[in-house]
This record gives sequence, structure tokens and C-alpha cells, in this order.
Amino acid sequence: MTTDCMLDRRRLVKALMRQRGDAAVVTGLGAPTYDCFAAGDSNLNFYLWGGMGGAAMLGLGLALAQPDRRVIVVTGDGEMMMGIGSLGTIAAQMPTNLGILVLDNEMFGETGQQVGLTGVQSGIAEMALGAGISRAFTIREESEVAELIMAVTEGKGPIVCVAKVQSGKDPVALPSCDGVLLHHRFRKAVISSS
Amino acid sequence: MDSANSSFDWAEDLLPVLRTEGIRHVTTVPDGGLASLLKKCEEASDINVTTLTSEEEGIAFACGAWLGGEKAVLFMQSSGVGNCINMLALPSVCRMPCLMLVAMRGEEGEFNPWQVPMARGVPDVLAAMGVTTYRPATAMEIGQKFASAAGLVYETGTTAAVLISQHIVGVKVFDEEKMR
Ligand SMILES: Cc1ncc(C[n+]2csc(CCOP(=O)(O)OP(=O)(O)O)c2C)c(N)n1
Repeated sequence: MTTDCMLDRRRLVKALMRQRGDAAVVTGLGAPTYDCFAAGDSNLNFYLWGGMGGAAMLGLGLALAQPDRRVIVVTGDGEMMMGIGSLGTIAAQMPTNLGILVLDNEMFGETGQQVGLTGVQSGIAEMALGAGISRAFTIREESEVAELIMAVTEGKGPIVCVAKVQSGKDPVALPSCDGVLLHHRFRKAVISSS
Repeated sequence: MDSANSSFDWAEDLLPVLRTEGIRHVTTVPDGGLASLLKKCEEASDINVTTLTSEEEGIAFACGAWLGGEKAVLFMQSSGVGNCINMLALPSVCRMPCLMLVAMRGEEGEFNPWQVPMARGVPDVLAAMGVTTYRPATAMEIGQKFASAAGLVYETGTTAAVLISQHIVGVKVFDEEKMR
């Protein structure tokens, strides 16, 4: 639901990436992809530039194929809302190694900052609980960031963490958008180190 | 549905193909024509069935499984192809393999007009998105066509769909006595 969005998304993602270990990270199109790249490129990052609504499901397929590896999905509120039903699909499969972080700026930042549905009435953590995700919560304060990072990187999945973030302009940071390159480097990194 | 087709259980031919290809994951929004196949998959201890809320989830799932070193196939009704369109960009642009099996409704013998527009659109929609399609002529041909499609998909990193025509799937029959 609507709040003052306080957290600095770049700082939050950077702190998360410092604690990812050898987790595989899937990023939702738009700012989450740029945030994760800005925190430092890795062959274990799979950047989405499209497929809106599919980030969490891609994470589920990966998590079931790689049960011994942590899988982290970092996505936006608009991207998650488009695939909101997938939280039910994910809950039923119970992937204990899947952590989902939603960077909720309550708008469609990429397309001109139009107000999103989480800025009106909807709460993604509440919808996740309704979908059967056992642990889901929302943070708004710096003091809650450490707990959120622990939950996303180590908490028993499936877990959905929502961080209310600032809508400010961050420096441009664009990873490659060559899908074939992203596919091969990621798959090789995941399979060769598993 | 002709009697030769109805007596032949084509679903029986598909499980060996899944095993030969090492496909461990089945994703689906069910269709009546897939009921026997889905039941066999549910009963197989080496196959994990993921029920979806909408078919495009199965495309993203298959890509994630592939990136993790595994294979997933999407089973759906013809209507579901419409739900997949934009997500098909994902395997296409990344050249990741993606395999689908579609039970056609809205063709010969259909009584429900709501099935017809999407059914009519399926071949064109798939062609427009660069998906290779296979149309087995008989129930006996399904296993072999599905194996061909799987071979193409996993060897070449393409997306393919096997369409099972309604004359093979059969028509849905309502018992109007019961409904009254
Ligand atoms: C199917 C589809 N519809 C619309 C778009 C246009 N689009 C690109 S990014 C985006 C907004 C994403 O919003 P959110 O996930 O909240 O990320 P933000 O940019 O706000 O961080 C939209 C609508 C698209 N790429 N695909």
C-alpha cells in the first residue's frame, strides 16, 4: 500500500550482492536489471530485458533444476504484478532455495514513472501470503535491511521480500542485452560450478 | 473422433520420449484432451508436474530449468498459446530450447464457439513468433513427431510446438441430462 518510499535501491542491491555468495541471480527488466549490473557484473547474473512477468517463474525453473544452489530473483513491482499468479505456482512447488526481492517504487519507472498498482491499493507481500508463500514481508526502513538481506540470501524459501524504494534517478548502468551471450555465460557458470 | 484414433492411447508413446530426452519437468494448464497424459505424468516418480496459473509461466519456467541444466515441456490447450505470445521472445532472443505440446480445441466437431478464434489463430501466431510446428496426422504419429520436435529443439536451441488436432483429441461431450 502507498507509503513514503525511503530506501536507496542501489545501496540496497549493492549490500545484497555483497552477501550473495555463489547464488544465481535473475533480474527483472528495467531498473532491477540496471541495479544488479551497477553492483558489479557476474557470470552468475541473468539479466532480463523483456519477458515481463516471467522473472519469478524463470527463478522457479532454475531453483528446481539447481536445488543445492541459492537462486535470487530481483525484480520490480510492475514486473512482479504482471506475473503475480506465478506466486501461487511457486508456493505449490515449495522451492526452499528461492528468494524473491521486489524493489517496490510504486511506479512503472522505466516507462515514465506512471503510478503503479502498489501505489494505490495492492500489497505484493500480502498477495504472496495469500498465494501460499510461507514467508513474505515488506520493509521501509534502513534498520530492516540486514534482516531482508538475510531472508533473501539464506531464509527458507520460497520467500518474498518487498523493499519500498526511492524513485530517484540513478546513474545509467546497462549490461549487455545480447540474449545468446547472457544465456551461454550464465548456464556455463551455473553448471560448471554445481 | 474416429474409432481407430480413440482406441489408441497416444499418451503412452510420450513418456518414453520424455525419458529418452531427459525431460524431467512438465508444466501445464490442463485440457481435457491431455487428461490421460497428465495422469501418467503425475504418477511417474521421475517426472515433476508444475501446475501453472497461466501458460506463459511455463515458457519462463522452461528457460530457467534449461539455464540450470534441465529440460521442461509445456502441455496446454490451444487457447493457452495466446497467453504465451510475448514470453516466447525469451527463448527466441536467448536461443534457448523450448518445447510445447498443444491439444487443439475449436476444430472439427467443436460445439463451443469461444474456442474457435484462438484455435484458428494458433498456427499463424506460432509462425509469427518463429516457432516450428508439427501436426501429426493420426494418433499413431504423435510419439514420433514429438520425438522429432524434441530432437530439433534441444539440438538447435529453437522453440517448437506439436499440435494435436481435435479429430485426434476428441470432442468434449456434455451430458445434458446430468446438467439439467
Ligand atoms: C508485456 C510488456 N508490457 C509493457 C512493457 C513496458 N515496460 C517496460 S519496463 C516496465 C515497467 C516495469 O515496472 P517495474 O517492474 O515496477 O520496474 P521499475 O522500472 O519501476 O523499477 C514496463 C511497463 C513491457 N516491456 N512488456
